[in-house]
Parts: sequence; C-alpha cells; structure tokens
Amino acid sequence: MTKRFGDVVAVDDLSLEVKPGEFFALLGPSGCGKTTTLRMIGGFEEVTSGSVYLGDTDVTDLPPFKRATNTVFQNYALFPHLTVFENIAFGLRRRKTPTNEIRHQVAFMLKLVELPGYEDRKPNQLSGGQQQRVALARALVNNPRVLLLDEPLGALDLKLRKQMQVELKRIQSEIGITFIFVTHDQEEAMTMSDRIAVMRAGRIEQLGQPEELYERPRTDFVAGFLGVSNLIDADVAGRDERFATLRLDGGTLLRAPAAYVNGAPRVRLGVRPEKLRVIALNDDTGDSVDADTNALDGTVLDASYIGVSTQYLVETPDGHKLTVYAQNLETSGAGEVLADGQRVRLTWKPQHTFVIGPAIGPMPAGDAELEEEPQVHA
Amino acid sequence: MTATAFPAATDRPEPVPIRRPTVGARISRLVLPVFTGVAVLYLFLPIAVMIAFSFNDPAGRQNITWQGFTLRNYVDLWGRPDITGPMVNSLIVAVVATLISTTLGTLIGMALTRYEFKGRTGLNLLIFIPMATPEIIMGASLLSLFVSAGVQRDLTTIVIAHVMFNISYVVVTVRARIAGFNRALEEAAMDLGANEWTTFRKVTFPLIFPGILAAALLAFALSIDDYVITLFVAGRSITFPLWVFGVSRLGVPPEVNVLGTLIFVVALVFIAVQIWSQRRAIVARPEPGT
Ligand SMILES: Nc1ncnc2c1ncn2[C@@H]1O[C@H](COP(=O)(O)OP(=O)(O)OP(=O)(O)O)[C@@H](O)[C@H]1O
Ligand SMILES: [Mg+2]
Repeated sequence: MTKRFGDVVAVDDLSLEVKPGEFFALLGPSGCGKTTTLRMIGGFEEVTSGSVYLGDTDVTDLPPFKRATNTVFQNYALFPHLTVFENIAFGLRRRKTPTNEIRHQVAFMLKLVELPGYEDRKPNQLSGGQQQRVALARALVNNPRVLLLDEPLGALDLKLRKQMQVELKRIQSEIGITFIFVTHDQEEAMTMSDRIAVMRAGRIEQLGQPEELYERPRTDFVAGFLGVSNLIDADVAGRDERFATLRLDGGTLLRAPAAYVNGAPRVRLGVRPEKLRVIALNDDTGDSVDADTNALDGTVLDASYIGVSTQYLVETPDGHKLTVYAQNLETSGAGEVLADGQRVRLTWKPQHTFVIGPAIGPMPAGDAELEEEPQVHA
Repeated sequence: MTATAFPAATDRPEPVPIRRPTVGARISRLVLPVFTGVAVLYLFLPIAVMIAFSFNDPAGRQNITWQGFTLRNYVDLWGRPDITGPMVNSLIVAVVATLISTTLGTLIGMALTRYEFKGRTGLNLLIFIPMATPEIIMGASLLSLFVSAGVQRDLTTIVIAHVMFNISYVVVTVRARIAGFNRALEEAAMDLGANEWTTFRKVTFPLIFPGILAAALLAFALSIDDYVITLFVAGRSITFPLWVFGVSRLGVPPEVNVLGTLIFVVALVFIAVQIWSQRRAIVARPEPGT
C-alpha cells in the first residue's frame, strides 16, 4: 500500500503480512512512516493505493468503527470526562453489552493490567504508567483480532518503560492477540517482538526475527540501526560449498558463508563488535592463523574499560577503523587492557561474517514457512 | 574556664535594629488597597443603589430620594401587565435567539476549526463584522431591509436580528474551545466502535460543552438587554429594555429597580452554578481503598 500527503510519499508501496498471535514491531527512525502505516491498518488514514486485509476480508474502505482492530494511541487519548470504568466500558457499550457483562469484563481487564480499585478515577488522576494500562485495557476489552500500538511506552521514563515492556509481553502471551507495535527504539523492538520490520523512508528495509536482523542485516541501514557494525568493502575472490572468499582492498583474504554471496563482484562485509577476539601481537607471534578463522591485523587507537567489557577502536593498515567489544572474562582486572598503539590481531569465525551486496538475493532460509493464514496483509 | 563553659553566650547574634519604614514606603504600601477599594466601589455602587431603591417607597413617580422601606414593589409587580408583558417578550426573544444562535454558531465554529474549505479565511473575517459594526448602523440597515422586503415587524424580526449579532459571539467563544480539542479522542471513540454521531454525542459534545454553555450565557445576556437594534426592528412589540427606556423619560419608577435587581440575582445564580460545575470537575477523588 502507498500513502501520499500531497507531494510527500509517507508510505511507499509497502507490503506486509502479520501472522495470527504474533508480536510484530514496526521499527524505524522518526518520520519513516510507521504511524502512517499503523493508521492505515486502523482505518484512520485513507489508503492512496493498495489494500488492507484482515484475515480474508478486504477492510480497505471500512471506517475504524467497523474494523476488528483496536488501537493504543501514542498519548493514550483517554476520555478525560469519563471515569476509568467508563473509559474501558466504552467499546462494550457501543456493542450493547448487558450491564452485568460489562461489569465483569471491566473488572477482569483491570485485574489483567493490575489496576483493580481504580474504576472511579478520572484519567487526570492517574500517573503516566497507569494511563497507559487503562488505554491498553480499553482496547483489549473489545477482544480485537489485532491490537495496534503506536509508541505506547514513549511517554514513560526508562524504568517504567522496561517494566511495561515485560507487562505488555506477558499480557500478549496471556490473551494471544496479534500485536502490531510501533517504536523507534531498537532495543525495545528486539526484546519484545517475534518479528520486526525495519522501515526507512516509507519502505521496509528488512523484515525478520530479531536474531536474523541482528546476525544477518541485509543493508547498511539495518546494520547501523540495529546495534553497531564494522563494515568493509571487498571483492568476491571465489567460493566453495560452504564459504566465499572475499579480498579486501589491502589484499587480506576473509571468508563468509557462501549462501550470503550471490554473484555480485563487489560487496560489503560486516561483523559485529562482540564477535571479534583481540590478541596482542608480539614479535614472536607467527603469521600462522587457523584456517577456519578470519583474521585482520591492526593497531589499537583507543581503549575504554567499561566494566563488563572493554571497548577498543582498532585501525587496520589500509585505514579501516573497527570497533571491538572484548568481554572481561579473565579475573585479571584493568591491568589487562591493551595500551593505545599496541599491535593486535582480530579474529572471528567466518560464519559470523555477514555480507551486504549491491543486489541482494532471497534469504537463504527462514522466511518461507508461513503455514498459517496471514492475519494482517497490507 | 567560664568562657568555654558558656559558649552560647558569645554566639548569640547581635540584636538587629528595627528599621522604621520611611514615609514614602508607608504611602506606597497604602496605594494598592485604596486603589482597589475605589475601583470596586466604582463598579458596585450603581448596583448597590439600584438594589436599595428597589425597596424604597416613593411618593410620586420619582424614585430618587429615600422615603421608607417596603416590599410592595416586589409584590405589585406581578399584577401589572404593562410590565410583565415586555418582560415575557424579552424572555421569549432571548431564549429563542440563544437557542438558534448557539446551535448555528457551534456548527459554524466547528466547521471553521475542523475543515479546510474554499472561503474559510474570508468567513473567519466576516464573522467579526457584526461585532465591529456600530449597533445603530446594524439596526438601521435591518430596518430598511425588513421594510423594503415588506416583512411585518414583530417578535420574529427581533429574534432574527438578535440571532444575527449573537452568532458572532457564539462562534468566537466556541471556536476557542474546539481549537484546544484533541482529535485523537474522536479517533479513539471511532476505534472503539462509535460511529460519527455517537462519537459527537458521547465525546465531542460533552468536552466542548463548557464552551457552548459560556457562549449561550453570553448570547442570552446580549439578547435580553439589547436596546438599539431592537428599537429598529420591534415594530409595535415592546421588550423589557424598550419599556424601561420609555418609562424612564418621565422618571425612574421603582419597578425598574425591582426588575434590575431580579436580573442581577439571576445572573449571580448562573455564575455560581458555572463556577460550581467547574469546581466539581476538577476536585480530585480520594485514593481507592482508603
Ligand atoms: N497529515 C499529514 N500531512 C502531511 N504529511 C504528513 C502527515 N502525516 C504524516 N506526514 C508525513 O509523512 C511522513 C511519515 O510520518 P509518520 O507520522 O508516519 O512518521 P513516523 O515514522 O511515525 O515518525 P515518528 O517516529 O516521528 O512518529 C513524515 O514525513 C511526515 O511529515
Ligand atoms: Mg509516529
């Protein structure tokens, strides 16, 4: 689907399938079209072109009040003139639910979000976190097929945010409703979601499970947005069954899983900082490197001791700067930190190398199993 | 040593000499209360005099010197159709004009804040014209309009005229309230299954109601005491201000004070009710379970 506001293309020919019961995150920087996408699914924004399906039903032209979706708005949008009870009962009353049933369901919801006893409060007598829970209860009580959440934790402080992340996850697994969750916090998306769509400028850059996105980003943007990556340009020099050989401009040969390379002669390879092992090079250290290992030599530019780990910035002879996170495993203390200017060798396993090519083929595996009918399809 | 045994004696602070305020400072301290007192007196003296003289028992038609206390003015009033007639006319006109202008004005106010349409900027300016035009001009032009159209002038034409100038005030008052309204609340209502009408009834209207109420009170107040425009379009019907003006040319009878006092009391009640309803909305409730 596509959404245009005048000349601005907010969402650009985006396709997306969400499975039933899934915790799905839309992740991306500010202004990339996450809210707009969510609003098109909820029916608040007209779709310029394309369509939205809920299960098998085309809901593209249905108004929000006829869609089996409910939304937790960014600033909660609780009705200030109604009590907590009436806020939660609002959707039930629209469906002419009997009063007894309403009382039951509201009580159940308040228990679920751990706010029993707050029925008679007005929204302005609640803290931010409490308002957030009421907004959640107000949406969930309608038993929607899909719950849409637009940065629901954005207004909370860090501690409460962490706590609510756990709560949200618990509630979602307790009731088994599909959640589509918008956030620009990569850590939040990683810890909570079953799958993540990373968005940029109205398009999906990459879609997959958190591990997949982290271990095998397919674009520079994803590699940089989710955590820290070391990226180096290289030519493809050859390949066998398991590994492709890549030649850096300085001549060093490195290996990456063959499945990641798809015929493009020039690619960009990447490796995560925590995958690198750093060894101090002395005069007596030989050139011999284990054949199953990638190795790069360099010089320590900067070292910072952070407690659990030490962060190094290492420069290779051909000018690449690599970040390394070395776990402080040995009980040796700060004395073990390598000094600036120390010559070092960085080693890592070839299977920890990922490749970003100019033309990316299909993912090796993992994306195809969609045995269930997709629940949201846009 | 005794000196160390009583260290407090030496630590005691020197007594600070009391500084006498200068004459200038004392005067300046008096200025604000005196000024405030004078201003309040200026505002309320006429009303106090009006109320006092509504209980006067004057000898003739002139009600300007205190003769003695009586409640007769209040009792006799209701048996005099020449007074109750205009009063009832005024109430009818004010109620009808308030209802019409509040409804129309609210809708216009919503359209002006909510929707982009051709001529919106123009309309936003036009709305101010009735407020800015001198009443005497409006009255005269309305009269010539009604005469040239051959319209019979009675309470209906008064209502039409009042609606016309009330609408501007209603729009301006309501618009301010709607501008501060969070649209996400309406989206939330629709998200929860309310259609457009239910959303308006259950969410939009209750939330902009204080603005509408304020606008209605203002319209009622403007309508009930309008003299200039009403004079032009009244034909042979008489409203309360027209009656007061008529009798006052021969001296102010106590009935005028009585009606003035009654209106003042009603206004006080309205204000009290509004303040009370706002207070009630704000007051926090106790923690649950305590
Ligand atoms: N009503 C609108 N009119 C015009 N442009 C709009 C409108 N709503 C959104 N846009 C534009 O569409 C783009 C995407 O906006 P959107 O709100 O979806 O971003 P977002 O990813 O939710 O960002 P954020 O993280 O800041 O909330 C932005 O460039 C924005 O300026
Ligand atoms: Mg947004």
